[in-house]
Amino acid sequence: MKILVPIKRVADPDNANKIKVSAAGQIDASGLEPKLNPFDEYALEAALRLTENGAQNKQREGEVIVVTIGPKETETTLRGALATGASRAIRIEADGQDPDGGVTAEALKALVLAEKPDLILLGKQAVDGDSNQVGQMLAEILDYPMATFAATIEEEAAGTLLVGREVDGGVLKLRLTPPCVITVDLRIVAPASVYSKHTARTHKYQEGVRFAPLPAIMQAKKKPLDTKPLKELTTQPSVVTYDRFELPKARKAGAKVKDVAELVQKLKNDAKVI
Amino acid sequence: MQNVLVIAELHEGHELKSATLSALTLGFEALPTIGGSLDILVLGSAPEVAVETLKAHGARKVLVAKDPSFERYVAENFAPTIAAVAKDYGLLVAGASTYGKDLMPRVAARLNAGYAGDCLGLEKAAQGLAYRRPMFAGNAIGICRITSEIQVATVRQSEVSPHAPSGGATPSESVTKAGSSGAAARVEFVAFETVKSERPELSDAKIIVSGGRALKEKFFEVLEPLADALGAGLGASRAAVDAGYCPGDFQVGQTGKIVAPSLYFAIGISGAIQHIAGMKGSKVIVAINKDPEAPIFQIADYGLVADLFQAVPELVSALKAH
Repeated sequence: MKILVPIKRVADPDNANKIKVSAAGQIDASGLEPKLNPFDEYALEAALRLTENGAQNKQREGEVIVVTIGPKETETTLRGALATGASRAIRIEADGQDPDGGVTAEALKALVLAEKPDLILLGKQAVDGDSNQVGQMLAEILDYPMATFAATIEEEAAGTLLVGREVDGGVLKLRLTPPCVITVDLRIVAPASVYSKHTARTHKYQEGVRFAPLPAIMQAKKKPLDTKPLKELTTQPSVVTYDRFELPKARKAGAKVKDVAELVQKLKNDAKVI
Repeated sequence: MQNVLVIAELHEGHELKSATLSALTLGFEALPTIGGSLDILVLGSAPEVAVETLKAHGARKVLVAKDPSFERYVAENFAPTIAAVAKDYGLLVAGASTYGKDLMPRVAARLNAGYAGDCLGLEKAAQGLAYRRPMFAGNAIGICRITSEIQVATVRQSEVSPHAPSGGATPSESVTKAGSSGAAARVEFVAFETVKSERPELSDAKIIVSGGRALKEKFFEVLEPLADALGAGLGASRAAVDAGYCPGDFQVGQTGKIVAPSLYFAIGISGAIQHIAGMKGSKVIVAINKDPEAPIFQIADYGLVADLFQAVPELVSALKAH
């Protein structure tokens, strides 16, 4: 299977509470280390699982291509993905623009038409903008079927993909015929979440994502990394613009109570919620 | 372009979901800026009861697309009909449930429209409507505008109150299902494995009892009596879900359910940023944790430093005595 994995570098989500907003209403994430969006990290892991026999995971049964939109510095993120097992990388140079979801989807569409992957696998959302939109938009403009919020993916003998989507009220199962788009949720990196047709259904992966061994990090420097200007892929303008940002109202810590009796008394008499 | 279209959400093609009412509130708030009228679009297999309910909300028209295939939600099958109707509207609004989040960006792309997801509210900017959106796990609010001819938004249910019926009887009008897309032919609905529960859904619950990893295998044994005593919904931290102590749809947080009940119990939950992002809108927060330094205490109204395995049963007895 040939899989395209669009990835994004974001401000460290574990320290997102240190985000600042300037007096002019602009976001200041300068104190936060850039990291690979966790959901994209999971999408990459799922792509690797789908292109291997889990029991012999050094060998790729197919190809994983990673792509990002961003400045030269984001090549570090792409090299990291190459080290964990992706075959090659593409960086889309946006010349300082911050394309909206629609433009991002258009740029990815151009790549899909050129590369013809069987599957485009993305995180369900980037944890900076938290929009949760690019996968759905890409699927629509390609007229591809999609499965968002994927917690499980199983490649079936016929080449179809059985996807379990974690939705309100339960798990919705869809069967997609590639080429298609899947966006992944947290549970996609659980031990029995993803099976390629090469992997025995009894195989259990290690929980979480794999890490690159040192020799692979060295080899990753030699793997192909192409650059394409955004304007060659799409000339569509962004239609969503941010005028300003605010910090949310802080919530004040209340008081500690000494025991259960005091807690019940406060909830009843002060807060009046029970 | 004028006119607002609210997209209703129906459970299994018939039962109106409450996220629709929050979408209505935002739709009506946007109406003076967008101009024109507000209509509601319902897609379902047996939508009659839902349509009757929606007729009392003061819309101009309730548009009804009735088709057996709308019993089971698949975005590829829903989007063409919505987009066909939406061509005459300046703004489309739906709830930011997993339904709205799945469907509306797809509809937006079909209409060349910009999308503002998970909106907390609106502002009137000099150039028109502006949307207030949570970003960075709720640690910042972005105020954005959409400049495409049609705008598409979803509404965070916990932040926007449900629209109250105003009486009256909006006329309904039927619309035909649009021809299906190529994508629809390559997706098959296999099953919807629902978790049957007598408890209120997290998005509707007035009281929520949530547990963390500290509960271990005793998640249900400890929390169910408390939830029963309070008539509460049951939630969990990501850590508890990942450890397999409860199902995935229990998860409260940035990437799970966003909730804002009047009373929220965080039990054995340390208070990771991602969890707090999902519940900090709650009116009153109670935290019970053994660790006095747990970050959850920084946002809790009432904190109890105690061993939950003793404190929770004690709390259940005390509540029953009241």
